[in-house]
This record gives sequence, C-alpha cells and structure tokens, in this order.
Amino acid sequence: MFGILTLDAFKHDAIEMIANISMILGFLGALGLLIYLKRVKWFWREWICSLDPKKIGVMYATVALLMLFKGLVDALMLRAQQMFSVDAHQGFLETSHFQQVFSAHGTTMIFFVGMGVVFSLFNLLIPLQIGARDVAFPFLNAISFWLFGAGALLVNVSLIIGNFSAAGWLAYPPLSELQFSPDVGVDYWIWSVQIAGIGSLLAGINFLLTICKMRCPGMTLMKMPLFVWASLGALILIIFAFPILTATLGMLTLDRVFDMHFFTAGSGGNPMMYVNLIWAWGHPEVYILILPAFGTFSEVVATFSQKRLFGYKSMVWAIGAITILSFIVWLHHFFTMGAGASVNAFFGIMTMLIAIPTGVKIFNWLFTQYRGRVLFKTPLLWFFGFAIAFTIGGMTGMLLSIPPVDFQFHNSLFLIAHFHSMILPGVLFGFFSAFSYWFPKFSGFKLNEKLGRCACWCWIVGFLVAFMPLYTLGLMGATRRLNHYESSTGWQPLFIIAGCGIVIIILGATFQILQIVVSVIERKKNLDTTGDPWNGRTLEWATSSPPPIYNFAIVPEVTDIDAFWDQKLAKKKETPVYEDIHIPKNTPIGAYIGGSAFLLGFGIIWHITWLTILSAAAIPFFLIVRLSEKETEYCISAKEVNALEDARRRPTA
Amino acid sequence: MNQIPKFPFFLFLSLAAVLLVTIFFRTDPLILLNPVGKIGIAQKDLMIMATWLMLIVVIPVFVLIFIFAWKYRADNAKAKYDPSWDKNVAVESLWWGLPLIIVIALSIITWQKTHELDPYLPIESEKEAIEIQVIALQWQWLFIYPKENIATLNTLHFPEKTPIHFQITSDAPMNSFWIPQLGGQIYAMPGGKTNLHLIADKTGEFRGRSANLSGVGFAGMTFTAISQTESDFENWVHSVKKSSSPLTLEVYNEVAKPTENGSVATYNLERKDLFERVVMKYMMPE
Repeated sequence: MFGILTLDAFKHDAIEMIANISMILGFLGALGLLIYLKRVKWFWREWICSLDPKKIGVMYATVALLMLFKGLVDALMLRAQQMFSVDAHQGFLETSHFQQVFSAHGTTMIFFVGMGVVFSLFNLLIPLQIGARDVAFPFLNAISFWLFGAGALLVNVSLIIGNFSAAGWLAYPPLSELQFSPDVGVDYWIWSVQIAGIGSLLAGINFLLTICKMRCPGMTLMKMPLFVWASLGALILIIFAFPILTATLGMLTLDRVFDMHFFTAGSGGNPMMYVNLIWAWGHPEVYILILPAFGTFSEVVATFSQKRLFGYKSMVWAIGAITILSFIVWLHHFFTMGAGASVNAFFGIMTMLIAIPTGVKIFNWLFTQYRGRVLFKTPLLWFFGFAIAFTIGGMTGMLLSIPPVDFQFHNSLFLIAHFHSMILPGVLFGFFSAFSYWFPKFSGFKLNEKLGRCACWCWIVGFLVAFMPLYTLGLMGATRRLNHYESSTGWQPLFIIAGCGIVIIILGATFQILQIVVSVIERKKNLDTTGDPWNGRTLEWATSSPPPIYNFAIVPEVTDIDAFWDQKLAKKKETPVYEDIHIPKNTPIGAYIGGSAFLLGFGIIWHITWLTILSAAAIPFFLIVRLSEKETEYCISAKEVNALEDARRRPTA
Repeated sequence: MNQIPKFPFFLFLSLAAVLLVTIFFRTDPLILLNPVGKIGIAQKDLMIMATWLMLIVVIPVFVLIFIFAWKYRADNAKAKYDPSWDKNVAVESLWWGLPLIIVIALSIITWQKTHELDPYLPIESEKEAIEIQVIALQWQWLFIYPKENIATLNTLHFPEKTPIHFQITSDAPMNSFWIPQLGGQIYAMPGGKTNLHLIADKTGEFRGRSANLSGVGFAGMTFTAISQTESDFENWVHSVKKSSSPLTLEVYNEVAKPTENGSVATYNLERKDLFERVVMKYMMPE
C-alpha cells in the first residue's frame, strides 16, 4: 500500500524533531493567520491561482527567502559542529545527519535560493523593463513556479518523512548509487532537483521568448536595459544546460530504481561520466545565477551614480563572452580525475579567459561612478560589498584554474571559500541590492534605510569573518565536509572564527526581517506616489508603484538606451489615448500540476506504485483540461483603463 | 543621508586588519606554503607567482573602488559631473587589453607547468623510484609494496629523497589521495587506476587523508605518511616482514569491510596480484 514507507521513516533524533516541529508550527501558524484574517479565499484567488508575473515573482522571492532561512540554519549547524568536534568530542550531530545537512545546505542554496531569486527577478523585471504587459506564456510561467515550489516542498518533507541525501549537493556516484546509499535520501535529492529543474527549463524558454518577441516598439537589442541583456545570457544558458541536468538525473534514477548501470562502480558503469555531465550543467549554472546579479548592479550603479552606465557595448560583449565561455570550462571541477596534461591545461586556460570579461564589467561599474554623483543608498552599499568580495573570489578562482595548483586546493576549504566568495556576493548581495532597489516599485513604499544599512554591513562583515579563515584553513590542508578532526591540525581557532562569521550573517538576516516589518508598519511615511523614487533610468519606473495589472496603460516607445531618463528629459505631455487590454484569467491548474508533480516524486521515492501512476496521469489530464478551456482571457476596456489611470494619478494621501 | 558611511568603512578596514593578523601570526604553519617535497614546492611557487601577476589588476580595482566612491560622492560639489560620459575607446581597450596580456602570460605558464607537474610524469632522480600501490577502502587506506612484498594499513612509510610512484585505485566510493605537504592529490576510483609521483626532501611525519566524500567514515579516513632515512626504511621493512601476518584474499576481504577510524596494521603480502585483482573486480560482470 505505501511501498517502502513505514512508520520508521518518522523516527528522528531530538535535533531533527525540533526542526520538524518548528516547520509544521510555522506552516500551521501561517494558515491560522489566513483563517483569522478571513483571507483564505483571497489568498487562493489572488495568489495561488495568479498568472500575473508580478505576483509569481513575489511568490518566487518568498519561497527563496524561506529556503534561505533554512540554508542559513544548515550552515550554522555545520559550523557549530566543526567548532567543537575535536579529538574526543564528537560534536552534537551524528555523522550521517551532518552529511545530510551539508548536502541539504548546497542543494537548498543553489537550487531553491539561487534559482528562486533569479526567477523572481526575471518575473518581476523583464516584462516591465522591455515595456511588455505580460510574459510570452503566462500559464506556462505558473507551471514553472509550481514545479519549483514542488521541488522545494520535497526537500522540506524529507526532514519529516525519511531522510535527505548524505552524498553531497551533487551526489557523485558511486556513493549515490544503491550499493552505497540504499535509503531514500538520494531519491529525495534527485526528485526535488529534477522537478524544480524541469520548472527552470520551462521558465527559461518562456522568458527567452518574452525577451525575443515582446519588446516594446523601438527597443532594439542594443537598446535593452543591461539587466535584460544579462538575463538573456542566463536564459540561453538555462535552455542549453538544464536538459543535461534532466538527462543525467534521469540516468541516475534508472540506476537506482531499475537497477541499471550507467554510473555504477562495476558492471560497465562509469561514475566519471556522471561527474562530467553534472558539471557540464553545473558550470553554466554558476553563470545562470550570477549574470542576473551583474544585470542588477549595472542598473543600480548607473542610477545611484546619476549617470549613464559606462561602456554599454563592452558590457554586452562581456555578457556574450561569459555566456559562451561558461560552456567550455566544466572540467576544471575535476582536474584531479587524472586526465592528461593537455586536457587539463586547455580547460585551465579557458577558465582564465572568463576572468577578462568579468574584470571588464567591474571596471565599467567603477567608471560609471567616475564623474557621477554617487548616492550611498542601500542598493549601492550591496554593490560595494559585492565588488570587494567578488574580486577576492575572482583572484582565488584564477589560482584554482591552474591545474597543478588545483591539485593542492581541490576539495579543500580554500575551494569552499572561493566559491562562497563568488556565489554569496554574486547571487545574494545582487538579489539584496535588487530587493532594496525595486521593492518600492512592487509594494508602493520604500524600505527603511537605516535597518537596510545595518543588514548590509552585517552581511559584508559576516561574510569576511566567515570565509577569510577558510582560505587559511585550506592552506593548512583542511578538507571540506569534515565532521570531526584532530586538534593537532591547529584548525580549531579558525573554525571558531568562521562560526562567529555565520552568527554575524544571521544577525544581518535578522535585520532584514526587522527591516521588512518596520517598513510595512511605517509604510505611510515612505510612500512612493511618483512611481520613480530613485530618479530611475529604465522603463519600469515609468509606470506607477505598484504597477497596474497591465503594467503600462499605453505601450511605451523607445528611442534610446535609458528610455525613461530620455522621456524625463524630453518632458513631452500628450493626452493619452487608451485601448482595450486583454489579460489572462487566473487559474488553479498551475498549482494542481505542481501538486501532482510533488506526489509523483513522493510516489517514486517511496515506491508507491498507485500514487506514482495516478499522479503521472494527473499531469496530462490537467493540461488537457486547461487546453480545452475556451475563454482564458478577460478584457479591460479602454474606458476602465481610463478610470484606473485617473485614479492612480490622483494623489493617494 | 548621502554621506559616505564613515563608521562602517572604519569597521571594515579594522576588520580586514584583524583578519590579516590572525592569518599571519598563528602558531601552526600553513602547510601548503611549507611543503617538503619537490612537487609541493613547485606547486607553491606557482601559486605565489600567479598571485603576484593577478595583483597587477586586483590592487588597482581595490584602490579605485574606494577613491571613486569618495571623490564622486554626491555632496562633493567640487568634483566634475558629466552624466552623459559613457564611453571611451582608449580606457576600455586598456581593461580589455591589460587583463588579456596577463591571462596570456598565465596561460603560457599554465601550459608549461601543467605538463611539467603532470602527476603521471616520473620524477627525475638518480635513485630508482619506490613503487607503492594504494587501495582506498571503506574507510581505510591499504598500501601495498609489491617489491618489498609487504602491505600496511593506514600508515605509509617511504625513504626520503627517493621518488615515489603511487598507483591508486579504490575498492569503495571515489576518494581522493592527498598528502598536502608532499604535493597535490589525485582521485582514487573503483575500477580505475591513477598514478601520482611525489618525493620528500627530508624525514618527518606528514598528515595524509582522503579529500573526497566517500560515506560515513570519511572524516576519519586519515593516515600518517612517514618519511625515513634509507637505512631506517630498510630496517622497518625487515621488522614488518618478520613480525606480520600474511595478507591473503580472506584477510583482505575482512579488511575491506566498512570500518571507521581504522587502526594501523602491517602484513606480509601473500597475493602479488592483489592490486590488479581489486582493479579488475569492477570490470567483470556481477
């Protein structure tokens, strides 16, 4: 009846129980709040069923931030273990639990925080920045989000039912094969990543087409805002890289479920094939995460320097170069495999080449400030934190790209420090900068500046305290993923410093929560009635805050790069002539498909045949239901648009 | 509110200072920067040279970050304001060109050094290399000395100033064989054979460990690498031969069972083909 699922799957040690209970209480609390506020129906109608990319973007961000909280707690647990687990002390986590925690930390941060914030920004900004009213396929967009949500839910369910993978965030075989990992942990990893990954691929196609086909009149490619260019690079990477991930995970599934031998040790399997394939996806993935942050900083630096972005064409070429090069460097993740010197050297040199366009971008940002008027608002502070940390990370990355040097640094904490120096500033600082910059656009009020600064400084200082010691630890020969070591290694003091760094980072995250709460309470003080709180340059600032469902009452026409800046300079006023606007109707089917995908994953993980078959059949069923719907859009007449526009032009206070 | 936040900048700089102090004034050595073998030393030199080369770009970036932010802050009315200055072919060529030159220089060095320091390349020496076969187990290290006809578990002895040729495989999930003070690592893969050449310039005891996650016993998968004078090594080989039990296939199968934090043991090698058997085991049908 329930496959291999028995009551044993619910048994956990005390620490896991605390996590479970707080998670369930958190969920019940949120549900209770909705019931208490009588907002359940509203929540279902306006959010769960929504096809509005602005709302889907907010939901992506919400899931990503919740997962960020989980990822941070994971990180704290890891360092807490390593601070004290020396010699006779075994620390407070059992080995298998510790290994699950670091696997979950990586999986959560890359797939559900990184991808979450990236898709959040795509949803919120791409349509507005290209002057479009919607994305190319609104319903597909909802499916993508709900698949992402299903994946995130599976990771969390593994805490309550069964256990998570202990094979690392990329689950290298043969360790991740049945022979060495017989429990359901690796299956949870496969299916949460697989489902979310398919969602990412669908969203990638959707947004690529949105950028290609839905730009407003006059916006040629070379007049697109840089955030859109950076997104375009990331989207091209998504549609080429994610199919590799899907296929690779598919083969690993076949190994585990049907006893096949793609990647097993022995019987003709080749584990190194998996390592090659997963990094052929994995390296582009790094740039999928970082390119949108590059785009964000390009917007933020220009706005807060009150000056045009320096070297627009250079920037576009740099994005192009990064996009292409990121596909031919994957082998640098395993120089130690024993490939020949020429192969290693080739991939090392290709890796170094990426540093050139990346460096160009940094210089262009710096020269955007040159002869500007620099305003030190929170979004720009995040940029400074990014610039410093990312440059350190870039330099150590160059070191790692030299194969003989990599032989010494591979899998050491030096490597860990390096990629955290890239991803933490490159993805998180980028998103936080975007968050404080674009928050007023979607909420209608600005965030509290003071608390934002506190959060920013805590993150930057915390980052340095948490990760600089790791470079040193790497030089002392400390490897990653150790739950226990000898005091004779001399590592303990540095592990303690690194642990303190995580505490400072968590303090920063607390300031951010506080910032949101305080800003919501004080929203009347910081209302943005103009739609353009920062004296912005791109089209999203041309509409109101928050934008109406149709984004733009009149589709804008663009003549130059900083479209809105030009409009402001030109100051022409015309009597607007409105037209009927068609908007897709909300539908719950996206959520149903996400739910079915979740059950499908759950059924396969626990070998529950009936559930697997039913949920596998449900997905095409719901698609057919949706496709047979006749009226999927509704119309806002020109008259109504006129009334809405009049209302929003009247001062709100 | 448009001022530069001075206090955080001060905090930031002082913190950087504190970190530098902790890094430079520790009692324990940075072993990767104090290697004891030719390979490790060459890898360290490469590390340091590459760092200097990159600092040519990195230092100006750091300086410019602070100078531009300070000089062009909004309340500095004296600074020039030119909101439409957005391109300059000369300076842009500079930061496409200069990093390109550095990368070309680094590439040439990388190509040469990668070939020079290829782990498969025997180390040139008057002395003949000592052969050691390494098998990564769950979660122990078995070292086989085919010429001496002995084997050891979780301890590795070798003579100083003599090239060592490791042949490495795994009878477990993938591991990575690493003795940081002697030089870089290489993967130990089931059904595969990798090679690594290292040398120790002096005697001493060095930490060795697996650097790749291989399951529950991974953290304890360490061994001691002991470099001895030639005569000490010979004496040790003799004592092992005299006092150890034979390593038959049965004993091997016992040793290969999952063991966490395994202890040290020595054996007389019974099966000369043990290493090859372990490699071939994964090639055959089940």
